[in-house]
This record gives sequence, C-alpha cells and structure tokens, in this order.
Amino acid sequence: MTITQTQSSDPTSVGIVQPDYFTFAEEEPFCLESGATLGPVTVAYETYGRLNADRSNALLICHALSGSAHAAGYHSAEDRKPGWWDECIGPGKAFDTNRFFVICINVLGSCYGSTGPASINPATGLAYGLSFPVVTIGDMVRAQRKLIDHLGIDQLLCVAGGSMGGMQVLEWAAHHADRVKSVMPLASTAHHSPMLIAFGEVGRQAIYADPNWNNGDYYTAGKKPDAGLAVARMVGHITYLSEASMHQKFGRRLQQLERYGYEFNAEFEIESYLKYNGNSFTRRFDANSYLYITKAMDYFDLAQPSGSLAASFAAAEAIKFLVVSFTSDWLYPSYHSKEVVTALTIAGADVTYLDIQSSWGHDAFLLEVETMTRLLGSFLDRLAREEQVALPLAMSEAESKALATPSANGHVDDPALLARFRSAAEVTV
Amino acid sequence: MTPATLQPVASSTPARAAMHNVPLAAPVALRPDLAVVAELIPTEVKVLDLGCGDGELLAHLVNTKHVKGRGIELSEQGVLACVRRGLSVRQGNLNEGLADYPEHSFDYVVLSQTLPFLSDAKKILLEMLRVGQRAVVSIPNWGYWRCRIELLASGRMPQAPDLPQPWYEAPRWQAFTITDFARCCREIDVTICQEVYLSRGRRIEVRKFKNLLATTAVFTLERK
Repeated sequence: MTITQTQSSDPTSVGIVQPDYFTFAEEEPFCLESGATLGPVTVAYETYGRLNADRSNALLICHALSGSAHAAGYHSAEDRKPGWWDECIGPGKAFDTNRFFVICINVLGSCYGSTGPASINPATGLAYGLSFPVVTIGDMVRAQRKLIDHLGIDQLLCVAGGSMGGMQVLEWAAHHADRVKSVMPLASTAHHSPMLIAFGEVGRQAIYADPNWNNGDYYTAGKKPDAGLAVARMVGHITYLSEASMHQKFGRRLQQLERYGYEFNAEFEIESYLKYNGNSFTRRFDANSYLYITKAMDYFDLAQPSGSLAASFAAAEAIKFLVVSFTSDWLYPSYHSKEVVTALTIAGADVTYLDIQSSWGHDAFLLEVETMTRLLGSFLDRLAREEQVALPLAMSEAESKALATPSANGHVDDPALLARFRSAAEVTV
Repeated sequence: MTPATLQPVASSTPARAAMHNVPLAAPVALRPDLAVVAELIPTEVKVLDLGCGDGELLAHLVNTKHVKGRGIELSEQGVLACVRRGLSVRQGNLNEGLADYPEHSFDYVVLSQTLPFLSDAKKILLEMLRVGQRAVVSIPNWGYWRCRIELLASGRMPQAPDLPQPWYEAPRWQAFTITDFARCCREIDVTICQEVYLSRGRRIEVRKFKNLLATTAVFTLERK
C-alpha cells in the first residue's frame, strides 16, 4: 500500500489535518505548581471530527512522553507517516470521528508547538533553555483545561491516553472531575515508581554528560546534545519492549553480518535498532524538553498530599473509568493499574478494568489495535448511548449512510499494515 | 448417566467465556438457574455478579430490573463481551476483587454455579455477605439420585457438570450436596432465607427429599 493510496482513498483516515494554536496568560501569568509563573503560554492542538450542537461529543486524547498533538491523519499529501494514534482515531475507528470531536493537545514543556524550553522567552528574545520553569503533569492538564474552556466545552465525554497520557487522564479525573464524564487511563500509573524515576535519571544524566548540552544553552551554538539525547532514548526504548518481544523482533540475529566481527560496531540487530531509533529521535526532539517532561513524570504522585489514592478520587464518583494494563508491560506493570482500580472501587466509582494479554511490553497500548478497538469502541458506544450524545451537525447524506453501514470498526488483519503499526509505535511512546 | 443430568456450570468457565461476540440485541433466553437468580433479585437494587462471564445475567438485570450492576470476571473474552453489553466489569479473581469493596456496598452479591471450583468457599461466602446485604448462590447438587446411583452402580464419580475433560485434566472442583451446603451455612452463621430447586432445568416444588430430587439449588443468604 503506498502512502498516496492511504491518504486519498482510505475512508478510515481523517485525511490532511493542520495544527491550531491557542495562547493564554498574556496579561496574567500562568501559575505553576512549583510556585513559578509563566506567560504567555501557547498550546498546539489538532482536532478531528465535528463538535455537535450541545458540545457533548468531545474526546480529549493525551499523548505520551515524546508525542505531539498530531494524533491522526497527515500534515501534507507527501507526509510519510500518519499521526501517532491513527490506528484508533478516524471514521469508524475506536475513536470514531463520524460521531465524536477528537482533540489532542501538545503538552506544556514539549517541543511540538506548545511553550517549552526551546520556545523564545519574550522577555529576553532568546530561547528559555533552563530558565524555563519546571512543570508538572498537573500544570500540563491545567493548560489543556484553558483550551477546553476556550473551545466552550463544559464537559469532555472522555479523556483517554496511555503511559504519560494516562497520568494526565488520571489527573483530569482526580482534580477536574466536574469537567469529564469518563476517562481511559491505559498502561499507566497513579504515581511514578522509584524504578521509573531511576530510568528517567539515567536518561537525564546522559544528556547532562554531553558537552554540547552546555547547561541547556545550546540553541544558538549550532551543536545540540544529540549523543546524550540518543542514549536517553535508547534506554527508553529498552523499557518500552519486553524480553519476549525482543526475542521475537531481534533474537540474537546479526545486522548484515554472517559471523561475529570481534570489534565494537553495532553487530546485533537489537543494537542497530536502538542506535537507529536513538539517532532519529535527535532529529525530532529537543533534549531540554526531554529533561522537563521526564521530570514532570517523576513528580507525578496522585496520592499526595493526603497519602490516600482513594481520597484523591473522592470527587470522581460520577466518572466512568476504563482502566487497561498489559500483561508484559514491566515499565508500568499491571499492579499499578490494579492499585488505581482498588482506589476507585473504594471511592465508589464506576470502573471497568482489563489486563490485556500481550507480549509487546509497554508498547502494547499502541500495538494491540484489534483488542483496543473492540474495548474502547464498546465503551464509547455505551457512553454515547447513556449520555444520549447527538451526532455532529451538518452531516451529509452520504456520511450518514456510511455511518449506518456496519464498518470493520478499525479491525486490521493485513500483516503488512500491522507491521507498519509496529514500526510507527517505536517513535511515539 | 451423563453430565447433562446436572445444570450447565459456572459462567466463568472458558466454554462460556468464549461466547464473546454476543450482539447487543440478542434475544434473552436465560439459563434456567440464572432465571431463578434474576427472580430472587428485586428491582432497582445494587448487584455484584461474581464470575459474571459474558454478562448474560447482569445485562438481563440491568435491562429488566433496572439494577445498578457490577461484575468481576477472570477471562479477557468475558470482560470484552461485558463491555460490549455496556456493563462495568473488573477483571480479576474473586478474592482480590471482593476485598476492595467496602462493607455493604451492594444489596445483592451473586455467585452462580461457581462454588465447587473455589478453593476457599467459606471465605468467599463470608466476603459476599460482608460486601453485600444478601447473597444469591446457585449450586449443582451431587446428592441428586442419579449421581448417587452412578457412583453405586458404576463405581465412578459423577462427572463435574459441563466439564468434558476427565478429572485428571479438569480444573479442581469439589463435589458437595445440598445437605453439605446447608451444614456449611449453619457453621458459618449464615441463614438461608429463600430456596428454589431445579431438576434438569425445570423448577420443582419439593418439601422433602430435595437433596435427592434437585440437580441445582438456588439460595438467598443472609448473615445471622
């Protein structure tokens, strides 16, 4: 399947999309959890589908560490890769854009259009670098909320996301409960564990150790801390896989070699995979953003300040939860999700939980497309039914007809297509 | 004598859980013992169904009795089928699932045909009556006269209901009778408030010899 075909003839794609930008805190600065202030703040976002008359069909998708607002569709006709969750967002897919208005917002501190350390500080005319204040998951969500306010949406029908996206989802449920009807935290946690902090710190140390990093001041130097960032990303990639998936994908195979070379080149396939992904990451991501976002994840602990996770969800009683974990995910192991489920059960919330059998490790939340489509699709069907969510206006006759026809609902059985999804996931967690 | 002399078994067995693609508008023909369970549960109460399988009973209760229903189910296919039906279900085993609920979170806690497969039946029964005001339990009865004859005449254990595998391949189960169950309830200070008996899928009105005549019993239980 060529890309041109995918874009022009694929009825399950949202097609060509453009990011939008929203700027706030131009007069009054935005107050952060740390006590610092920031302003003005810009958030980049994309939307797919249409808002209905009473604005009750909005879904917010939260991205992971290295993700962007570009969750679905293509930016141009020449675009090689679709958005990071294109498998699940589009007409007839799990997040069905025929019925729902899907929003994805780049997080505060990132480098894909939202204000972050690489942005220009209007006070100095230079990039913020390390003068950018440390942000938290709570700050990211409050920035998202500003945009949701701006879009005139009182209540989001659902907030969904995996990994760090799942942390934002839980933050919405715990601290903005009146603004959401349902949430889906996927392969996530309510508190970053010491092991996660440890991996985060190894990544940061790799960046600090790169002489090009220069205390975060490298934007005008012409040289970026690429070596450090690449190592940080390589560590990350190891944690997104599982031992089983490494066996399956790479085994002990050599890369373009018949026998061992007895030298220090990347000989094994797993080595060249990590090297390739580490290097390509430096072309698309900012090292300082990596520092800020991993730090934000490390600070995340929803049980604070009371010490009780159930108490944090006290206001979430009316929210419907779909909590999902994956059996081979050792980065955010299933028991992290079970802790959330236990706390929600004690708090009296309506919770559905599934631990999906998968060998793909943490990456599974992007790779188990078929099970996820069935699960997420059914859950959203129920919400739409119970909340009596109306279809968006101005739907053409042809579109209504397409809706009435039972679609494959995002079911994927083409192995070539599946393989593409797998490689797509490698750059989106 | 065949296993069919007893009622089909627990909704959490793989055979039932495999029936996951149930269309939403499927005509509801409840398994006979589940129909009795449904009768015993009043309208608009809170119900927790343990080992709810594909959600057949819960969906029926939600649709016809407007209960607030929750389920606990071990199999992935079962949970997926329940979500398809619009139900809220947690995946997990009964022990960890029940432990999370505060006291009396539910009016009724249901356990249908699963008791013989549990390793700690007493603990589960007490937990059910901690989490719920009442429990509804359906059990297969190995005291049924044909089971007794089978053991006497052939010298073989009557097979566990709906388990095609021989005992040395099947999951662990414990054969017990209505009399055994009643005795267990007395020992753990649990009262049987309502009792309904079935024989090969039909309801029977019996005063005496129920342990001999019933293939399945459905009880409503309360703490003394």
